[in-house]
Amino acid sequence: MAETMQFDLVSPERKLASVQATEVRIPGADGDLTAMPNHAPMITTLRPGVLEVVTTDGSSRYIVTGGFAEISAEGTSVLAERSHPVEEVTQEMVDEMVAAAHAAHKEAHPDVADTAAKLLADMVAMGTHIGLDPNVPSI
Amino acid sequence: MPSLKDLKNRISSVKSTRKITKAMQMVAAAKLRRAQEAAESARPYAERMESVMGGLAASVAGSQSAPKLLSGTGSDQVQLLVVMTAERGLCGAFNSSIVRLARTKIEELKAAGKTVKIITVGKKGREQLRRDYADLMIHHVDLSEVKRIGYDVAQDIARDVLNRFDAGEFDVATIFFSKFRSVISQIPTAQQVVPASFDAPEGDVDGGNLYEYEPSEEGILADLLPRGVATQIFTALLENGASEQGARMSAMDNATRNAGDMIDKLTIEYNRSRQAVITNELIEIISGAEAL
Repeated sequence: MAETMQFDLVSPERKLASVQATEVRIPGADGDLTAMPNHAPMITTLRPGVLEVVTTDGSSRYIVTGGFAEISAEGTSVLAERSHPVEEVTQEMVDEMVAAAHAAHKEAHPDVADTAAKLLADMVAMGTHIGLDPNVPSI
Repeated sequence: MPSLKDLKNRISSVKSTRKITKAMQMVAAAKLRRAQEAAESARPYAERMESVMGGLAASVAGSQSAPKLLSGTGSDQVQLLVVMTAERGLCGAFNSSIVRLARTKIEELKAAGKTVKIITVGKKGREQLRRDYADLMIHHVDLSEVKRIGYDVAQDIARDVLNRFDAGEFDVATIFFSKFRSVISQIPTAQQVVPASFDAPEGDVDGGNLYEYEPSEEGILADLLPRGVATQIFTALLENGASEQGARMSAMDNATRNAGDMIDKLTIEYNRSRQAVITNELIEIISGAEAL
């Protein structure tokens, strides 16, 4: 049996998952990364994307929209601003998130416009990734 | 002496009052359970957040690059008070005890020569504070349309507070809310949110250095601090929600019991006066017969 670690996924409103995982693929702010048991301790912020948890009996996917992940040798916990299992995500939810990111981009101060544009692009990529039409409003 | 009809009317009116308070108590009990569940499920997030932030804060504390949100502006001249109360009354001393705590703090700060600004969340607090401090109020958050308190509500409030901080409108922000202990005990609490105060993890202060950070420590901190503030506000809102329902439940329980006592008393009075009327009539009949 493969080695496992404790994995927790929590959002401010509820606990989404607490399982023994063999690996977790996390959309980190500086790039995707996979955490496995005995990973060096690290903390990274998240970008909007799809998080995948692999357990001994299958894998499940969640969308996350920012927050951070705390990885240590014993376990990984992800604190996501907003998170849903991929199966529960509807077209309306993606539309709403993309619209919110778009509005933020429009209002953004020139200094942070790049960050906002990246956020929007990430949102759109996330929508495509899970097979929903991201309905991109023109930037 | 009220007539029989008056008494009867009063009894029936107290009876319907009792029905209403009983119903309100039961509704509050159901809502309380939901509010407690919400507070319960928010706890893991808040706790994790707190411990990570504590570690991070400890590792950058004292360094020049520490963000203002953490280290403060170096002054405490302008104080922002965010007073969170309920949208509705009929919940015992819940609203007034929060307002009383805020009022004490305002007077204290004023006496120390500080500038005070107030943001109210919830109608009841605004009504009570407006009488004395209308000139200090800068904003009001209306939650009467909000059915269920979600994280987005807290985020909106946090964003507003942080924008004001960035604009240099205040130096220190404190939130006022009621901590839920039990149905009969809610504790009005003041908590400082800006500059952020976190309980550093106990034991080794170097705990934060164990981790590798991606992006940099400062980058993460800049990203997390606003979230930390939002989380604290969210926790406070949920605690407040549970406290409100708890306070309403016990207030309505008392009201129901008092109404019951009142009905008993009125019923006795009603029976007595009815008996008096009967006795009177008998006396009249008997004395009439004797006179013949």
